[in-house]
Amino acid sequence: MSEYSNTPKEALFSPQNRKLLTNPLGKDNPINVQVLGICSVLAITVQLRTSIVMAISVVAVMGLANVIISLLRKTIPPRIRIIVQLTVIASLVILVDQVLKAFVYDVSRQLSVFVGLIITNCIIMGRLEAYALNNKPWPSFLDGIGNAFGYGWVLLTVGFFRELFGSGTLMGYQVIPGFLYDLGYENNGFMILPPMALITVGIIIWVHRHRDRSLVDIS
Amino acid sequence: MKAIHNLLDKVRPNFEKGGRFEKLYRTFEAFETFLFVAGNVTNRGSHIRDAMDMKRTMFHVVIAMTPVLLFGMWNVGFQHYKAIGMEVDLLDQFLFGLIKVLPIIVVSYASGLAVEFIFATIRNHEVNEGFLVSGLLIPLIIPVTTPLWMIALATVFAVIIGKEVFGGTGMNILNPALLARAFLFFAYPAYLVGDDVWIYTNLQEGQQLIDGFSGATPLAYLAIGEIEKLPSVLEMFLGTIPGSIGETSTLAVLLGALVLIATGVGSLRIMLSVVAGGLFTGLLFNIFAVNPYMEIPAYYHLIMGGFAFGTVYMATDPVSASQTGTGKYIYGFLIGVITLLIRVVNPAYPEGMMLAILFMNVFAPLIDHYVVQANIKKRLKRMQTAEVKTT
Repeated sequence: MSEYSNTPKEALFSPQNRKLLTNPLGKDNPINVQVLGICSVLAITVQLRTSIVMAISVVAVMGLANVIISLLRKTIPPRIRIIVQLTVIASLVILVDQVLKAFVYDVSRQLSVFVGLIITNCIIMGRLEAYALNNKPWPSFLDGIGNAFGYGWVLLTVGFFRELFGSGTLMGYQVIPGFLYDLGYENNGFMILPPMALITVGIIIWVHRHRDRSLVDIS
Repeated sequence: MKAIHNLLDKVRPNFEKGGRFEKLYRTFEAFETFLFVAGNVTNRGSHIRDAMDMKRTMFHVVIAMTPVLLFGMWNVGFQHYKAIGMEVDLLDQFLFGLIKVLPIIVVSYASGLAVEFIFATIRNHEVNEGFLVSGLLIPLIIPVTTPLWMIALATVFAVIIGKEVFGGTGMNILNPALLARAFLFFAYPAYLVGDDVWIYTNLQEGQQLIDGFSGATPLAYLAIGEIEKLPSVLEMFLGTIPGSIGETSTLAVLLGALVLIATGVGSLRIMLSVVAGGLFTGLLFNIFAVNPYMEIPAYYHLIMGGFAFGTVYMATDPVSASQTGTGKYIYGFLIGVITLLIRVVNPAYPEGMMLAILFMNVFAPLIDHYVVQANIKKRLKRMQTAEVKTT
């Protein structure tokens, strides 16, 4: 009898694995609940387009980093695990940066230093430490992209409102009709400033906790 | 009076539990307690009865604001007719201002109270009186030319983000009225900053601006270094200068300050320490005096811009200011210092009162914390030395 017979093979999308994907979207959201990765939310959500590119980049980096670290998990000496994680993330971020520069140069320029700063996004390191180091590649992958999607949807929501009210456009296209401007409507300059991103995130957290009362800390 | 009372009693069942408009009970209650003393009495324990409840406190502030408001209305008309070179009598000037300012007050109250009533209904608490003051403060601290929809938006923002998010009246960290102004200031700078916004100059046919007209405020002149164009001290003290609706007249503000101090609503400590902080920094600038702005007499700063208004009506807000006695001195003094620093040292902002007060609002709890801790430490020490002596 082989040693594997005791652990029956788990289905790819077993309920447990699905939870890895869906939990970070709501109950365990990295931004709304864990309040991680806030700096990039403030910095790159002025436009929807940069938010989308950033979200996709983080999905790619997190998914791959989690898989790689999970594959290496038995060979990484615990004392130098942080530096190994950083090396993996940094290599992936450089890859992403090169791809962006090659295909969407103008967005890459708008994102400027913040692509490089994906390395410092605490969500990525947090998931590597908390999950990928102790789990198999497939669940780690799901956990990685799940958290990245959880980060991504908040990013897109903030970016949507900031661009809509701050510039009157979406994805660079004029959305707010011209006659409103003739009537005296003005773009809200406050939306373009970082504090308003923080307030928008705060409102998202407010709505989120209002819908899910289990998140409300009443201690 | 009797008739209104009877009417209220008649419609009351509709709003109470099981009535048709049960959900609107809080709205009904707000109007009822606004007109009459509530009918319910305490039924257990001993209580101290004091007529100085929140409604009366807030109403004192509203009374204290009337001189500023009336003067502001007149000044709006005065500046307008001065700009187009027309000579009209005092009443016409006042009426012109009244027509321009009244819609702003209505919009401010309507939008803010709408939010308050909605939240009171959803959260089932009483409609609080705090907005009675905030709703009148907001029109006083903005230029008369601000579009009404912006005022409504800013008021809604201030009430929700500044107050309701933290739990309603009495729980806010920042002064809601100033938050509304800060929102406008950062969201629509073209309407809150510059030389064209302070005086109503939408001209009718046949009217034109007089030669050499400028709508610049004294602070704007100073910011660009044209000190010779400053109005006289008397003008700045009386308030016949361009500026936000209620902020120009130091004299009217002083009248309001008298009311606030006499009724015990406003804190004299804060007012004095803000003035002290301003004068201190002004004198410090005078000593160094590396540019013309730093050479102007320190007391000029007290009568220009929103310094007086902010000192009396904004910094003394009992909720967002420091609560401890020593804390009030520190809090007020730093407001004065920071205001002058922003005015003189930072070329981006001609006026610093709003930012200084908001900044110190954030720090007020911290100041209180350390004042309380220092007091605890002092008393502990006293106790310990007493113990040593007895043993």
